Amino acid sequence: MIRLVGILVGLGFTFVVLLSFVMGAYNAATEPAEETAEHAFHLDPKHVEFEHDGLFPAWDVAQLQRGYQVYKEVCSACHSLNQVAFRNLEELGYSEEQVKAEAASWTVPGINPDTGEASSRPGLPTDDFPSPYANNVAAAAANNNAIPPDLSLLTKARHHGPAYVYSLLTGYQEPSAELAERFPDSLPGTGLHHNPYFANLNLAMAPPLTADGQVTYADGTDATIDQMAKDVAAFLTWTAEPALIDRIKLGWMVMGFLLFATILAWLAKKQVWADMKPKRKD
Amino acid sequence: MATTTDTANTQVVAEDGVRRRDFIEIAAVATAGVGGLFTILPLVSQMAPSKDVLAESTTELDISALEPGQSIKAVFRKQPVFVRNLTQAEMDDANAVDVGDLRDPQTLAERTLAGSENILVVMGVCTHLGCVPLGAAEGEVKGEYGGYFCPCHGSHYDTAARIRKGPAPTNLEVPAYTISDSTLVIG
Amino acid sequence: MSFPWAKQYEPTNPLMKYLDEKLPLPRLVYNAVGAGYPVPRNLNYMWNFGVLAGFCLVLQIVTGVVLAMHYAANDAVAFNSVEHIMRDVNWGWLMRYAHANGASFFFVVLYLHIFRGFYYSSYKAPREMVWLIGVVIFLLTMATAFMGYVLPWGQMSFWGAKVITGLFGAIPFVGEPLQVWLLGGYAPDNAALNRFFSLHFLLPFVIAGVVILHIWALHIPGSSNPTGVEVKSESDTVPFHPYYTAKDGFGLGVALLVYCAFVFFMPNALGHPDNYIPANPLSTPAHIVPEWYFYPFYAILRAFTFDFILPAKLWGVLAMFAAILVWFFLPWLDKSPVRSGNYRPMFRKFFWFGLIPTMAALFYLGGAPAEEPYVMFSQIFTAYYFLHFLVILPIVSSIEKPEPLPFSITEEVLGSDDKAVLNNKAEPAA
Repeated sequence: MIRLVGILVGLGFTFVVLLSFVMGAYNAATEPAEETAEHAFHLDPKHVEFEHDGLFPAWDVAQLQRGYQVYKEVCSACHSLNQVAFRNLEELGYSEEQVKAEAASWTVPGINPDTGEASSRPGLPTDDFPSPYANNVAAAAANNNAIPPDLSLLTKARHHGPAYVYSLLTGYQEPSAELAERFPDSLPGTGLHHNPYFANLNLAMAPPLTADGQVTYADGTDATIDQMAKDVAAFLTWTAEPALIDRIKLGWMVMGFLLFATILAWLAKKQVWADMKPKRKD
Repeated sequence: MATTTDTANTQVVAEDGVRRRDFIEIAAVATAGVGGLFTILPLVSQMAPSKDVLAESTTELDISALEPGQSIKAVFRKQPVFVRNLTQAEMDDANAVDVGDLRDPQTLAERTLAGSENILVVMGVCTHLGCVPLGAAEGEVKGEYGGYFCPCHGSHYDTAARIRKGPAPTNLEVPAYTISDSTLVIG
Repeated sequence: MSFPWAKQYEPTNPLMKYLDEKLPLPRLVYNAVGAGYPVPRNLNYMWNFGVLAGFCLVLQIVTGVVLAMHYAANDAVAFNSVEHIMRDVNWGWLMRYAHANGASFFFVVLYLHIFRGFYYSSYKAPREMVWLIGVVIFLLTMATAFMGYVLPWGQMSFWGAKVITGLFGAIPFVGEPLQVWLLGGYAPDNAALNRFFSLHFLLPFVIAGVVILHIWALHIPGSSNPTGVEVKSESDTVPFHPYYTAKDGFGLGVALLVYCAFVFFMPNALGHPDNYIPANPLSTPAHIVPEWYFYPFYAILRAFTFDFILPAKLWGVLAMFAAILVWFFLPWLDKSPVRSGNYRPMFRKFFWFGLIPTMAALFYLGGAPAEEPYVMFSQIFTAYYFLHFLVILPIVSSIEKPEPLPFSITEEVLGSDDKAVLNNKAEPAA
């Protein structure tokens, strides 16, 4: 009885899903899906190498410092970094005093102690990086309704994060003639900029890195656009995952220990089962 | 898991007396035990103060407007701190006490910075069980010795915030601080 | 309940004797996973996953309790509290990655455990109750995992909560009020987040209770084995300890190596980048999918696109729930007297060339975008999924001719069994 009901129910579901299949196939055959501009012109991130890649990574502290400088002088005009505090900069090789001075060079929101009104004060190491806008409405109003995303976790919030950041920053270009011909609707509208590394090809952010030497690096590195993009991508890798290096170092120790323990466990298992080995009679 | 295996193993030996536990099995169980112990480390240490709490915090106060006889209640590391500009009479009271008679002998000078003996900075945390003593704000009970009074269990502190009567064992704690111009930096 | 030759617990020192009289907990453990539990001697490594699943549950409870000490279930701060755990709490990143990947690890183990059951027909009498309780555990674990994924309050958390509770909205008449009641609002927000946190904390302990029932029910008939032939005599079994504690210990080591490779070297590989974007009720991520362990059922949900009498959405929801509920009926759908797939030629072919590729395909298709040709493939594989359990299994089990079974486990392992010889001699007389 239960099997009869089962067979009927099974055939029922199969019938309905195959009906969906037939209708879907019919639609696909009669109205073939048109290729989209994203599908045709979107590019995967470029290949780029960092010190913190691979199985034995390390932070390139000088690069992180340069990246921080790019963030401070370029990105921070529109993008917040609200998961990171000034005190975290000590991990980039700055001394306590330097961090204090660096924090003080930023203005953070505060409260006037006499009147209780909103005011601003120099930052302290314990403060988080301030947001350039008071709230999302202000951010949208200042940016043609496109709210600049917070950058703290950006490299983890995108596939191939660091490479994506690098590719996006160096990927602005004029739309190709082919795109203009095949997908005129996908040409950048007012206030948009063509970038094949962006999901829908049209990015509201104007090219932020426009000229070599836009930032003057304290360590004398030549500040080409490529260099700046790479440095800020490295910096944002650190902001997204400050424990990256510690994690992998600990990982190797744990794996080493586990391998040792597992081999011992295997030998112990063999030992225990030694007298139970199947002996086929000849 | 490691421990149950271990004890159970012992029983097996005790029972049949023939099975010899040899080196490799002991080593395997011991290694698992060591692994277990190391796993406890992060589980315990996660409860210790996190980095943001540990991050050196300082409290800055502008005391230029603090007149003699006035107090400020501020917050230092999530705890109240009392800053009082002592009047001459309060300082005289404090200095008149015979330090040897005190439960926690300290002079006023030892509890203030040289050059600004009139500025008394103490944690507003009763040393008995941690209540916030009264006496810092206008109109609050100052206790029998004119300083601070803890209402929880009746500890009386004098004008130099030294314990004079009640269950508290020590004087109100003076945090590390500096004064430059009219800015007080605690921590 | 056990075989008559099971070893009896005999406390050796006075303290254990005293404890055995007042609270025989050591005796319970001895009989459950100690030398007092005789287990077939021929179990292969597929029988490791029960113990591993138990380990996963403990791992998730321990790391979860730790995370709950730092997490804040409030829609305004939940996302930041997770980042606080990742950045500021001592070892917080390790706890969170261990918990997040622990959930995936748990499901890998559960799926292998379940598919072991499919192949060796572990669901058959006398172990139906073990199987039924096991399916309940699986359902509870899915609910727990789903609610846990909502807690970080990222984009995938929010939209996952919205889509999954939306499934209940497909139920006729009561659907919409039910959905609003589940969420405590018209869309997921603070009320939903708080109740999900509460239930996410509660359910693992419920699971632990049901796991005890699972093990209890298992110990009545004893473990199944790869031949499917029931235990006949003492020579068919070995004590659980030390034989299977040693084997499980080794299995645990191997499993931990794989797990730790994920935790330390690719902790976000099984997650979605979108969940590192704070929840935004005004913008849906371009490609929204659940966690990987829900993919097969998500593929089945999306396979129904045509309104046949009922709306397609309702068909999808019905099919998705039916896909798991059908497991409850397996003990009665499969009538074959032989348990192990090793001795069932037709069943074996359908298992390896039907069910396994179908599940693999559904795992892939559930994570693929909702466009052609993925939808068409998921329709074909969904059809096979239902055919396999509801049509093929009952029919095959009645028409196939099983291969000859060994007389006993001992014969299978050693090549002969003295009792088999006795049995053969006795047979003509009988």
